[in-house]
Amino acid sequence: MSNWIPLWLHKLSSPPTFYRFAGTLRPWAMALAVLFGVIALYGGLVLAPADYQQGDAYRIIFIHVPCAWMSMFVYAVMGVSSLIALVWRIKLAEVVAMESAPIGAAFTFITLVTGSLWGKPMWGTWWTWDARLTSELVLLFLYLGVIGLYHSFEDRRQGARAAAFLALIGIINVPIVHFSVNWWNTLHQGSTVKLFGPSKIAWGMLWPLLAMTLATKFYYIASLFHRARVDLLALEGGKDWVRQIAEDEARK
Amino acid sequence: MNPTRKRRLIIVLLVILAAATAGGLGVYALQQNMNYLFTPSQVQSGQASGHRTFRLGGMVKAGSIQRSDKSLKVTFTVVDAGGAMPVEYTGILPDLFRDNQSVIATGHMDDAHFIATEVLAKHDATYMPKELKDAMAKAHANKKIEDAAAAQDKMP
Repeated sequence: MSNWIPLWLHKLSSPPTFYRFAGTLRPWAMALAVLFGVIALYGGLVLAPADYQQGDAYRIIFIHVPCAWMSMFVYAVMGVSSLIALVWRIKLAEVVAMESAPIGAAFTFITLVTGSLWGKPMWGTWWTWDARLTSELVLLFLYLGVIGLYHSFEDRRQGARAAAFLALIGIINVPIVHFSVNWWNTLHQGSTVKLFGPSKIAWGMLWPLLAMTLATKFYYIASLFHRARVDLLALEGGKDWVRQIAEDEARK
Repeated sequence: MNPTRKRRLIIVLLVILAAATAGGLGVYALQQNMNYLFTPSQVQSGQASGHRTFRLGGMVKAGSIQRSDKSLKVTFTVVDAGGAMPVEYTGILPDLFRDNQSVIATGHMDDAHFIATEVLAKHDATYMPKELKDAMAKAHANKKIEDAAAAQDKMP
């Protein structure tokens, strides 16, 4: 039996199955997020050595860089589920896309704020219109546009389809954000951590960064599962499985 | 895949393709005029002549920083591989401003001088502990002297 993966995915895309699946995994994801977050903060703020050039001020990368990666990662997840939502009209894909948007917007906002706080002492300015900063700001506006468009429709599923379209078109901004430092002369420095080839960061500073990356990923999973569960209950309000849950809760 | 889904998939993919083409052309067009800065050699070859104010980027030449005793006025020379430009600035400089640091100055030309209204420091993408940097500097010290001597031989 080699087709158990599509079968399992098909089953998982049904709202009651996903509701139970997400409910079971959510506490574990949150626990892992807190665990990795604490380890990363201790490693980054206490154990990691000061930088040769920037001293202690560089430590903001342990928040700034993982959040910046997440701002793009969440957008990619939103884009792919938007494609699935538009073509296959799967309710769960719409929910995942629309509930990813506020989380991604939050990560983008944190990226912009921490970058600004870092830019003032190091570069000498809070903000400058270079390609990396501007494209990241556009990313925030895309998230806000998706959230706004979704909520401007009376019918939630119609709103989700319209917003999914915007999310899908906006995905071309993600490679622009990533490659902006290579394509143009920017004030923002280039990539430090590379998937291929050696990274330009000492190991003592790299591992807390990677731990924080894991923490943000698990936080995203926990937050998305929670938001999706609430949204599924609201969308499927009249269905039997929701009534069953409401009765079980009332009996407690 | 049933025909309706296939049709929807084709439409969505065509829209993405159109958006990506538009984005790609936009990026390509901006390549020419969205450069954040000009280097001293670009300025000297006249590439910045169309701009009244522009950004000048390069390295602070070692030993060129001169501070005024009475005011916040600072003069220094910004160099790149093929040019040098004297810069005048009055104001507070960022912490990272020092010899051999990459800087970006905003301002305008006054004869052969660049009068800056803002000076920003650019840092590289390398992070390492100070001890490691010192050890590496020690190991490379001999090589650097050789390189400098070789570079000086090449200069006209």
